Amino acid sequence: MTILEVTDLNVTFRGGVQAVRGVSYQVGRGEVLGIVGESGSGKSVTSLAVMGLLPAGAEVTGSVKLHGHELIGMREQEILKRRGKSISMIFQDPLSAFTPVYTIGDQIAEAVRVHQKVTREQAAKQAVELLELVGIPHPDVRAKAFPHEFSGGMRQRAMIAMAIANDPDVLICDEPTTALDVTIQAQVLEVLKTAQKETGAGIIMITHDLGVVAGLADRVLVMYAGKPVEQGTVEEIYYEPRMPYTMGLLASIPRLDRDDQRLVPIEGAPPSPAALPPGCPFAPRCPLKVAACDDAEPELVQVGEREVACIRSHEIELKKLRGADVFPAPEIVDEPVAPRTPRGQRDKVLELDDLVRHYPLMKGAVFKRRVGTVHAVDGISFDIASGETLALVGESGCGKTTTLQQIMQLEAAQGGKVVVFGKDSAALTRSERRELRRDLQIVFQDPMAALDPRMPVGDILAEPLRAHGHKDVGKRVAELLDLVGLDPSYAERYPQHFSGGQRQRIGIARALALEPKLIVLDEPVSALDVSIQAGVINLLEDLKARLGLSYLIVAHDLSVVRHLADRVAVMYLGKIVEIGTVPEVYGTPAHPYTRALMSAIPLPDPALERSRRRIILEGDLPSPAQPPTGCRFHTRCPKRALLPEPERARCVAEEPPVVRLAHADDHGAACHYPEVRNS
Amino acid sequence: MGTYLLRRLLSSVILVAIAASLAYLLAASSLNPRANYEGRQPPIPAGVVDSTLDEYNLNDKAPLLERYGTWVSGLVRGDFGKTWDGGSVNDQMVRRIGVSLRLLLIGTILGSALGVAVGAFAAIRQYRFSDRAIGIASFVIMAVPVFVLATLLTMGATGINNALGHTLIEYTGEYNPALSGTDQLLNRLNHLILPTLSLCLGQIAFYSRIQRNMMLDVLGQDFVRTAQAKGLSRRTALYKHALRTALIPAATYFAFAFGTMLTGATFTEKIFGWHGMGAWLVESIQHNDTNSVAAVALFAAVCVLVAGLLSDLLVAALDPRVRVS
Amino acid sequence: MRSKVVLRRVVAKPQVIFGLAGVVLLLVLAYLGPLVSPYGFEDKDFTAFRTPPGADHWWGTTQIGQDVFAVTLRAMQKSILIGFLVALISTGVAAVVGAFAGYFGGWLDKALMWGADLLLVLPSFLIIAVLSPRLKGATWLWFVVLLAAFSWMITSRVVRSMTLSLREREYVLAARYMGISDWKIIFRHIVPNLSSLLIIDATMNVSGAIIGETALSYFGFGVQPPDVSLGTLISAAGGSEAISYPWLFLFPAGLLVLLVLCINLIGDGLRDALDPGSNS
Repeated sequence: MTILEVTDLNVTFRGGVQAVRGVSYQVGRGEVLGIVGESGSGKSVTSLAVMGLLPAGAEVTGSVKLHGHELIGMREQEILKRRGKSISMIFQDPLSAFTPVYTIGDQIAEAVRVHQKVTREQAAKQAVELLELVGIPHPDVRAKAFPHEFSGGMRQRAMIAMAIANDPDVLICDEPTTALDVTIQAQVLEVLKTAQKETGAGIIMITHDLGVVAGLADRVLVMYAGKPVEQGTVEEIYYEPRMPYTMGLLASIPRLDRDDQRLVPIEGAPPSPAALPPGCPFAPRCPLKVAACDDAEPELVQVGEREVACIRSHEIELKKLRGADVFPAPEIVDEPVAPRTPRGQRDKVLELDDLVRHYPLMKGAVFKRRVGTVHAVDGISFDIASGETLALVGESGCGKTTTLQQIMQLEAAQGGKVVVFGKDSAALTRSERRELRRDLQIVFQDPMAALDPRMPVGDILAEPLRAHGHKDVGKRVAELLDLVGLDPSYAERYPQHFSGGQRQRIGIARALALEPKLIVLDEPVSALDVSIQAGVINLLEDLKARLGLSYLIVAHDLSVVRHLADRVAVMYLGKIVEIGTVPEVYGTPAHPYTRALMSAIPLPDPALERSRRRIILEGDLPSPAQPPTGCRFHTRCPKRALLPEPERARCVAEEPPVVRLAHADDHGAACHYPEVRNS
Repeated sequence: MGTYLLRRLLSSVILVAIAASLAYLLAASSLNPRANYEGRQPPIPAGVVDSTLDEYNLNDKAPLLERYGTWVSGLVRGDFGKTWDGGSVNDQMVRRIGVSLRLLLIGTILGSALGVAVGAFAAIRQYRFSDRAIGIASFVIMAVPVFVLATLLTMGATGINNALGHTLIEYTGEYNPALSGTDQLLNRLNHLILPTLSLCLGQIAFYSRIQRNMMLDVLGQDFVRTAQAKGLSRRTALYKHALRTALIPAATYFAFAFGTMLTGATFTEKIFGWHGMGAWLVESIQHNDTNSVAAVALFAAVCVLVAGLLSDLLVAALDPRVRVS
Repeated sequence: MRSKVVLRRVVAKPQVIFGLAGVVLLLVLAYLGPLVSPYGFEDKDFTAFRTPPGADHWWGTTQIGQDVFAVTLRAMQKSILIGFLVALISTGVAAVVGAFAGYFGGWLDKALMWGADLLLVLPSFLIIAVLSPRLKGATWLWFVVLLAAFSWMITSRVVRSMTLSLREREYVLAARYMGISDWKIIFRHIVPNLSSLLIIDATMNVSGAIIGETALSYFGFGVQPPDVSLGTLISAAGGSEAISYPWLFLFPAGLLVLLVLCINLIGDGLRDALDPGSNS
């Protein structure tokens, strides 16, 4: 039974920018529709239009029918009766979505009281029950907490509780897990499934993450440049995509479960909704483009069971083309010629020995005072051999960014040692430190924030050169731009004229300016859209091969790391819990945390994603100000729960060091009871 | 919280002490109390002048630090010293602080309450006629210095009084001593109208702009949208969620607004003939009255710090995020 | 290019247009007006005391027979000059103090901000008033220095807090990790990125300085004779004079309000255009 029916929805913002063009879909009871698209594809605007929550000045045309009643043009009073009752919404960022000055409980109770005639006390009681339903521990106490006192995952649970307070028929989830860590994402997705079971609501799941959709959705709608380009069942879309954009998107995702040599990038960037090309908006990036593609924008037409907006979809269907056939995977450029000397015989470019970094924990903005110590990094050791890529992975708050800062500062550490190219950073003179900076460079996560908006690109690239007394700066700038695949004439433009992927290339070019030996990459692709990511990842691989670089990558995305890294170190609460070569760690993860982390990452493959057994961790990350005793993971460890009592006690009492695993070349874990490999 | 307040109190006391000392030293070195006794007919003998000045601790022939020492030791005992003509600074101060505080308190309360209300109203009616009218009015008022505003108000009052043929609005002094009982109370209120207006209008304009802008900032935020997504009407969402949250930044401006008003009160008191601290400052500088100037400076410093503390407490009361739990 | 885009945004604001037009008109009046006036500001017409505005004396005369038009324009020149100078100096001081305190942190930050706090504890009006006897006989430039010295504190606090966030910005970190010196980072990456704030604040400081100057001059604590400013004129025309001889008050007061209003309009428009994040 169809509950929500959207037909030919269009949204035009002031100034004539068409953000959404002709979206149609239906959602039935208990059904999950996934809407997939990159940033700017209009997927969020679509759902705000359905809710009637677009700001004044946005013009909405088309039809939105809820239980057969037309919502567009309906009287405000009538809409208010439905909004939050039969149709409700979960927003992306749960911190800004809650009013900061009211308690969580009050805000949920308010949602109850808007639509139900109950007393204040009853509403408060219902709020507590709802919080319990979404798995918030001690809901009666936590209901009295303010939004800032909740963790991100708990806030998103509370958001779900608020959305289902009035037993809605349709639940719109706008990127509900994007701001969360993967293990928390796995928890919240479980809660969403519970919520759906409780309410039987139809769910519209809006996300850019093809893995999340693969596990959850019954049908999928793919959007590009404000327009639906393909719609069908989840199997059709994932296994037999017929629109080149969908094909490329699926082929470009780095996969946790596969060891592909080369990623498939989609060239270019999505068009701005203010300046759409004539004809098919994807044509400029499409390898199947023919002259006819520019003639008119293709309509969404029925191809078999699904709908596709591509004039060559029949041909694709006929030839059974796949993404990898259509999008050429670029050849890897000159693999290092000389056979690699074994790791042990190569120079160490970076060594960390028992590095410690603690921060004072301050509380309050007005009434500031010290209330404790954050154990951000608590004794970690690793090294990087020349020509090697080590990835430091972990969820937010694990200390990976602090580690990176400690390395980059080149100053004496609070505890332990940082040795860069054989020199202890604590013993450096001013000029030695300056010299060392030539060889050690960094690429930041957010390509917008990493480039000074008031400098043209040429000056940005010239700055390190001039600072280190380079001559012939102009020539080198042109070389650098060429090296990262940008036109040298771009030197005169400002950062805001570039797309995210191009900006990240500029950031990489700047890091390369002084011909460093080691580059630290801080989440190098996590701010980029999927279709752009692949190109940057390939560039990093090429540069490493061509220039003989070593990389230290800090990342949270295990799939990306699998592609880029030779070795990987997994961090949890300021400690390394597992370290080793990529094949060994990914092949036979030994630490229960690593196993949980890997199992939490959704795979963009519906059959695999639905059939695999997932380890869901309990609770939140403990505060780094009060790390648990013994093994820091023991409070959440699924393995410990299965151990007999005397062995369990050891986890609490004794902190496990990183120990080389039996039968392994280069693979260690900090666990008293590591997973033993089968072989 | 307790230790915090204690620490804050201590640092405030130190700041006041330094500020007042600075003011005393500046005043003692740049003012010349001797000028009051010079050029008289018949001339006063130099010895007499010196001994009088010595008695009042105003003699510029005594080393500056010695005078400062005397002043401080008096201050510690609660004695602010003597005025240039031998009166007690303490007596003056007690009387005048009452006068000033009355003006300042009324100005603060009326100004901030009305300003916030007007600003919130304007924000909700953004771009309508009333919003634009309020915006223009507050813009013009903020461009009018207090001394111009006060003079304009007296001109207006005179105009009205002349047109009516009797005194409807009073504009000099605090009250008419000839009246008593209820009549005097009404008369006092009448005398309050113009000075209060001259102080409040600027405050209302200031707060209304801040509150309007803060509310507009908040209007675009996600939580207002969430509130509407629950099924609250836009109006309810604004009053319940936006207004309350937008009060927080407005509260941080409290100290700043109070500082401007403190200066403004000087003009109000002078122009409307109120014998408050502000008027005293002007008179004592003109009379080279070092000790009185230092007393006013101390009062001002205490006021500014108390306003700062109140501002922080207000923010803490409004915003759970800054409270210590 | 960026500057062109910004300029176009600025000029598109009606406040800026009105404000700029007003300020230009007032400047023209102040500096070209005296050229067409039949009387100089020092001339005294002994046949006309306190005459209302008329054909001979366009804006009337004062109690000693000065031409109000000539004197007011002369006063406005001084007020404008003082306003702009003070704003320039105090914004410059604020930028340097705030950027250094925010960027270097530590004891330098503590010391600078403690100094700013101390100066904020005493109303600047009071300090300058106390120091005013020393201004008698000195050039008015000392008055400018005094006004500037006591009006940089609030801006410097804002600059500091913005520097604190800029300091953590990745492009600043990148510069630091490249081995660029701190001074260069401050003047190449921090201050240019504060330019919107500084332009807006400098504009608002002009009107603040003009009000501060006239307020002090009103009590005789500011501009000293023989110089005149709008404040001294308004003071001379205040009280009962204003009621009986309104032209003495209304012309200088009106021009003062107009001047401040126009500058505030520019500042408000600039803020809209340069700092779209804040609605204020």
